[in-house]
Amino acid sequence: MKRLPIATLATRCLIAAFTLGWTLLLSAADRDYGLSPVKIAEDTWVLVGRSEDFSFSNGGNIVNTAFIVTRDGVVVIDSGPSRLYGEQLKRSIARITDQPVKLVLNTHHHPDHFLGNQAFPADTLAALPATISGIHDEGGSLNENMYRLAGDWMAGTDPVTPARAISAGPLEIGGHRLELIALDGHTDADLVILDRSTGVLFAGDLVFNDRAPTTPHARLPRWQAALDQLEKTGFRTLVPGHGPVAGDAGPIRQTRAWLSWLDQTLRRAADEGFDMTEVMAITLPAEFRRLAVVEAEYRRSVGQLYPAYEQRALSKEAGRP
Amino acid sequence: MKIAAIAAVLLACACSLGQAAAPAERRTDPLDSPRWADMRKEMFPAGARVVFDERVRVTAPLTAENAMNVPVSVDAGALGDVQEVLVFADFNPIVRIVRFEPAGAHPGLGFRIKLQQSTPVRAAARTADGSWHVGGAWVNTAGGGCTLPSTGSGSPEWQKRLGEVSSRVWERKEGGERIRLRIIHPIDTGLAAGIPAFFLQDLLLADNTGRPLMRIEGFEPIAENPVFTVDIPAGRSATAYRVSGRDNNGNAISAAIEK
Repeated sequence: MKRLPIATLATRCLIAAFTLGWTLLLSAADRDYGLSPVKIAEDTWVLVGRSEDFSFSNGGNIVNTAFIVTRDGVVVIDSGPSRLYGEQLKRSIARITDQPVKLVLNTHHHPDHFLGNQAFPADTLAALPATISGIHDEGGSLNENMYRLAGDWMAGTDPVTPARAISAGPLEIGGHRLELIALDGHTDADLVILDRSTGVLFAGDLVFNDRAPTTPHARLPRWQAALDQLEKTGFRTLVPGHGPVAGDAGPIRQTRAWLSWLDQTLRRAADEGFDMTEVMAITLPAEFRRLAVVEAEYRRSVGQLYPAYEQRALSKEAGRP
Repeated sequence: MKIAAIAAVLLACACSLGQAAAPAERRTDPLDSPRWADMRKEMFPAGARVVFDERVRVTAPLTAENAMNVPVSVDAGALGDVQEVLVFADFNPIVRIVRFEPAGAHPGLGFRIKLQQSTPVRAAARTADGSWHVGGAWVNTAGGGCTLPSTGSGSPEWQKRLGEVSSRVWERKEGGERIRLRIIHPIDTGLAAGIPAFFLQDLLLADNTGRPLMRIEGFEPIAENPVFTVDIPAGRSATAYRVSGRDNNGNAISAAIEK
């Protein structure tokens, strides 16, 4: 091979560096969640995430976030899985209204519902007390795990704990009569928001629609009780934490049916002496097989929940037969 | 050319020999792990016959969400005459997980492990002729299970209950019985900063007359508060059982397993 003159080499290096720089810039610019708010009621928009697991391709956008534009500012319900999502959500809101964001509610302390907090002013962030302590205690490890699951989309994301604790009760903002409902079961604190002015119920992750529920912090009996309560709220439109928006209680019943089946299956398996690998191999009933990511979610739930059922089945004190 | 031809003939011989021995056996790693050559050297005597054998079944989730508690079942029942089974994970910082001798029990064991990263999990069963039969499965995980402290090490609760055993016996439809037992133990790997290794070292499962059914030698990657599943063939079922043993600090474990 002929040796290249130094000048040519230098030029080539420059071109290479330039190209690399641009490629990196472009790949950052490529990271667009493609958020498109859908108007579901007067003043009310929802951004529906994909019914998938967290991945490098969806960047964690598997969650529903929402906002209500009131006369006195915008109320945001959940801030998404990353700083980038939060910023793009803020821009989506700005394209629809000039009103500033007045309140950002984190429905619970799972990463896809609060890791966009950085994009919003600190004094707008609010959550139930147990959600605040959940974000404070587990935010760091949940954030780290999201980096592993969603990669570069998470760049620059740090957990921000809301400073403002809210409690259950009515909250009127800019003509919207909101009812904050404090429940639990999906986690130790699950905030539900009913907008009495529009009839929209923001159910957070107490309700999943056509996507298998997640259970890392679940207590199934409490969750079932919460679902009973939600069904009585008299909503017109239901925004689940994951999956499409609905006009009836179908997603509540679907979530309840899955949780009941899960509870019965795990209890029976533990009472019959199943090893955890055998429980994971159980064939799912046909009615649930159409739920998105149900196989993966089922195995995760077995891993999360089965040890407690097992313990009960093995322990004389807990009243095993 | 000549060398290649000889190699091909030798290879053909080796393959047909392998096939003659047992159709389920093969010489190349079905899990295609870059660590296999090291595993072969580390885990088995140099002269030992080691084959991959699908009759040794390892069941584990393909993707394990919680690297601190990955369920694994080993079943070498299709082999017959199993003397001991060694379970290990190629890419774990502590490779050995558990070794058991099914002295009367079915040659299988259910348990849970900690994994540091995605890895093959393998079970090698030694038959009476001295051959090792290796089965395995890949487990994908985000990992971190080995370098995190146990929940127990952060709470004083376990100290009061250390070594406590809860258990239950089931009759099996196919005959014989199943024993499941859970032992309260934090099981620390020694890889989390400032927390020394602390794990179950020896367990003996016997019937109430003292006849041994299963010896279990545990290593650091067993999950916290371990749960074991052991099947007892019809011929060895007893009116009651007993588990005894100790951890690496000499704390004794001793409990009756009643029906």
